[in-house]
Amino acid sequence: MNTIHVEHQNILVVFPHPDDEAFLVSGTLAMYIGAGAQVTYACLTLGEMGRNMGIPPFANRVTLPAIRKEELAASCRAIGIQDLRMLGFHDKMIEFEDQQLLDDQIMMLLKELTPSLVITFYPGYSVHPDHDATGAAVIRTIARLPVVEQPLVHCIAFSSDHEKMIGKADVTIDVTAYLAKKMESIQSHRSQFQAAELVGERDLNDEEIQSRFGTEQFWTYRFD
Amino acid sequence: MLPIHPQDIQFQIDRLAGQDLFLHLEVSSGAYANHLDSSRPPASAFISNAVIRYTQGSISGTGPYRVGLKTEQGWIYAEGLTHVDEFETEQLIMAGHDTQGKLIVALQLGQNRF
Ligand SMILES: [Zn+2]
Repeated sequence: MNTIHVEHQNILVVFPHPDDEAFLVSGTLAMYIGAGAQVTYACLTLGEMGRNMGIPPFANRVTLPAIRKEELAASCRAIGIQDLRMLGFHDKMIEFEDQQLLDDQIMMLLKELTPSLVITFYPGYSVHPDHDATGAAVIRTIARLPVVEQPLVHCIAFSSDHEKMIGKADVTIDVTAYLAKKMESIQSHRSQFQAAELVGERDLNDEEIQSRFGTEQFWTYRFD
Repeated sequence: MLPIHPQDIQFQIDRLAGQDLFLHLEVSSGAYANHLDSSRPPASAFISNAVIRYTQGSISGTGPYRVGLKTEQGWIYAEGLTHVDEFETEQLIMAGHDTQGKLIVALQLGQNRF
């Protein structure tokens, strides 16, 4: 059951890796877009240090960035995302990046788009250092806005201790109606999705797809 | 990528010896190692676009392969190499993949930066 019924005009999604959007929020975004939202996806890197190269491997370290760029664009088309921004940071290096540079780019997007909803990772509970550093930059930047200008922030969290630390998700979205788009988005990431911990090499049946991908969850970030 | 044939690699190593080259060297357990299996601490390292020059080098083992390159001041070493990119004269792109196809090691040499 959906726990959210708010309509959003402009939504900004900030993640570091092509495919973060596919597994985590593609159904939710397709839902909002179906209701008329404009979505901007700021993807910080090209995932060029990713270890999945396709099964059997068809990509290598040199060709991976261009391949993942194409995959990302295809995934956005599948979801219906109108505005994809590739910010050009180096994969795995977000936590070491010049914070001012990072924050300035996020601030520019916030000023330009004035989103009512921002979706990012929950800093500290998102496993990959790039995820945590991206979420931290977004939260840090939004915290600098006057309170009345602060958008709603929905975070993704999946570290093994997240529920103990921040409780259960307060936003649960049933994306059953958008599973076709979600699977198309996931499968756009040809070099990635066959990895065992993602989808695997075997075709999944409808029940498996429903139970693994049918629900998306978010934690509303509290700035106070 | 193609499975490594050591004699082709040796030929390319010899061809690229004695000149300034860009090096990308990497090993990676992946950032999710510990999340997926708490007995596996993550360990990764990479250096990208270091300029190096080696005087001699060779590939050894029966696969996965090892490569050692002797530089004027030291050594460059990689173990676990299984695949090579289609040959281009000015570069040598090698990687090692685990049984799931994930990259675990990469050794790249090229006249142009990566
Ligand atoms: Zn990611």
